[in-house]
Amino acid sequence: MSGPAAAAAPPVVQIDKLWSVFRADGVDAVIHQDLDLTIAQGELLSLVGGSGGGKTVLLRQILGLETPARGSVTVLGRPAAELGRAGAASRVGMLFQHGALFSAFTVLENIAFPLRELGTLPAALVRDVAMVKLQMAGLDPANAHKMPADLSGGMVKRVALARALVMDPPLLLLDEPTAGLDPDASDAFCTLLRSLHRELGLTVVMVTHDLDTIYEISTRVAVVADKHVIVDAPVREVVAFGHPFVRDFFLGGRGHRAMGLLHTRPDAV
Amino acid sequence: MCEICVSPVAIPMDSPPQITLETTPEGACAVLRGRWTAAHLAPPGHWVPVQSALTRTQALGGACAWDLRALHRLDHTGAQLLWNSWGRHWPEHLHLLDGQRAMLERVARFSVAPPPAQRSSAWGLFLQLGAWVFSVADHGAGALRLLGQLALDLGRLLRHPLKGPWRDISGHLYRIGATAMPITALVGFLIGVVLAYLMSQQLRQFGADAFIVNILGVSLIRELGPVLAAILIAGRSGSAITAQIGVMRVTEELDAMRVMGIAKGYRLVMPRAIAMAVAMPLLTVWTTLAALLGGMLASDLAMGLTPAYFLTALPKAVQLSNLWLALSKSVVFGGLIALIGCHYGLRVLPNTQSLGQGTTASVVTSITVVILVDALFAVLFKGIGV
Repeated sequence: MSGPAAAAAPPVVQIDKLWSVFRADGVDAVIHQDLDLTIAQGELLSLVGGSGGGKTVLLRQILGLETPARGSVTVLGRPAAELGRAGAASRVGMLFQHGALFSAFTVLENIAFPLRELGTLPAALVRDVAMVKLQMAGLDPANAHKMPADLSGGMVKRVALARALVMDPPLLLLDEPTAGLDPDASDAFCTLLRSLHRELGLTVVMVTHDLDTIYEISTRVAVVADKHVIVDAPVREVVAFGHPFVRDFFLGGRGHRAMGLLHTRPDAV
Repeated sequence: MCEICVSPVAIPMDSPPQITLETTPEGACAVLRGRWTAAHLAPPGHWVPVQSALTRTQALGGACAWDLRALHRLDHTGAQLLWNSWGRHWPEHLHLLDGQRAMLERVARFSVAPPPAQRSSAWGLFLQLGAWVFSVADHGAGALRLLGQLALDLGRLLRHPLKGPWRDISGHLYRIGATAMPITALVGFLIGVVLAYLMSQQLRQFGADAFIVNILGVSLIRELGPVLAAILIAGRSGSAITAQIGVMRVTEELDAMRVMGIAKGYRLVMPRAIAMAVAMPLLTVWTTLAALLGGMLASDLAMGLTPAYFLTALPKAVQLSNLWLALSKSVVFGGLIALIGCHYGLRVLPNTQSLGQGTTASVVTSITVVILVDALFAVLFKGIGV
């Protein structure tokens, strides 16, 4: 993924002077102001910021679910607003915070849904592909016919990940992928993400509060504070950045404990 | 990854998936080109030629070699298609890149048949019938329990009236009663107009124009007013009650109340039942008045019956007992709609599909029950007021 080929490739996501503005009770609430961010192919970028700081809004901007008030969001060489058109599943995969599985469908039908919507591929092939994705996401084939209501939180995230990846999109967006998972399950999820990232050469953008996840898998960290990206660098450089939010976030009590990972884990990024 | 996505020759972005059979010194060789991804395989213009080319190469059997090195891009769908067409084992002569091999190996490792889905059999249908009987009995028991709990809660309210959930009751009274006034008035008025126009045509044939007051008076006050209002409120507020309580179940609010020691019968069911039982007769009077107004205007326009005559003739045509019957009916309707709404709301399972089913079932059941109970009233009180 690295090397001259990746360096020459155009950025997967390019955000220029983005303004996100919401109007509530006649007052404009500015969420992002002149926000710039560039994400290159093959990166595993963590978006970090305080609650209500506009991380999820930024993710929704990348997905084209929100409209920029000013500035532009370009994803895979096209404006983000065009992402929602037919065939979007082959360009970008999104793991929503609560999975957003279709509750009327079984696990297998959920995963196969984007492929089945194409209309031409035979049902047997679609089913086989969905079964492969189900197992790639670390689920047992026996779960194929369960309904989303019967799954645990960790399994819902895995099914949602399998569905996001079913058409092998080059860009994967994750909103709080490890929130609500027990430490074991989040470790397993991180390992899964890292192996998928390595094997499929995905570009991953993830919103997270989980310091362990940030230290363990991200190649770069972008901190969203004061309405724009204040620092955007590998995690070691971000920790050294002298901004009050960064200090509180990474060097608070929890931050120190998670930092231990940096020193004890030889394989940490 | 780069081995997969970057081929030695520059190929346009939308190059279709292709198979060409080439003859090499070692024999036939199927050379794959283009983008073998789900999005590029799916268009019928791409899928049909690929499918027929795969069948042709399959006919050659194991003698055919496969060359994947010129592929522009391969994804899991493309890999699965190849793996299936190879009969799920590796061909003898295969030329491919490392990334492609990794992807095909992953597909090969995970290609298993899904567990068989549950099939329906005669025995299964029989069991379903049994389950249905049990669920009906369960509904009956649940409804009875709800009714009993309501009676106990009303007793508690009478003993300690100052500690009652009066704010809840007044809130529900406003939402169920006051906000429903425009729609009930509109529907009542239009029904009155329609009824008066239809009747006037029939009555004129017999020269019995003046009897329009009797017909409209009895039918609107005794039957249509209460039933119309009840059906509208069942659709409007019965569904809302089920959805509110159902959402509280989905979001675990019911459990939170239970943990705090707050009785859901006393705080959720009783206020709604009381508000509905109070609002329903008032809305019935309101709807009936709107319908009579519509009928009065229509008879003036269609038959020249003045409103003054209509108003003086009405008390003579309709006995007062009809009004009391209508009001007592609507109190019963209101209580039933609220109880049915709560009953289905409390039975919602913590998933969104169950919420939708519960709301639908609640509206259908309450409208059916309203009409059934109305028929029962008609039979029981057939000698009164007519």
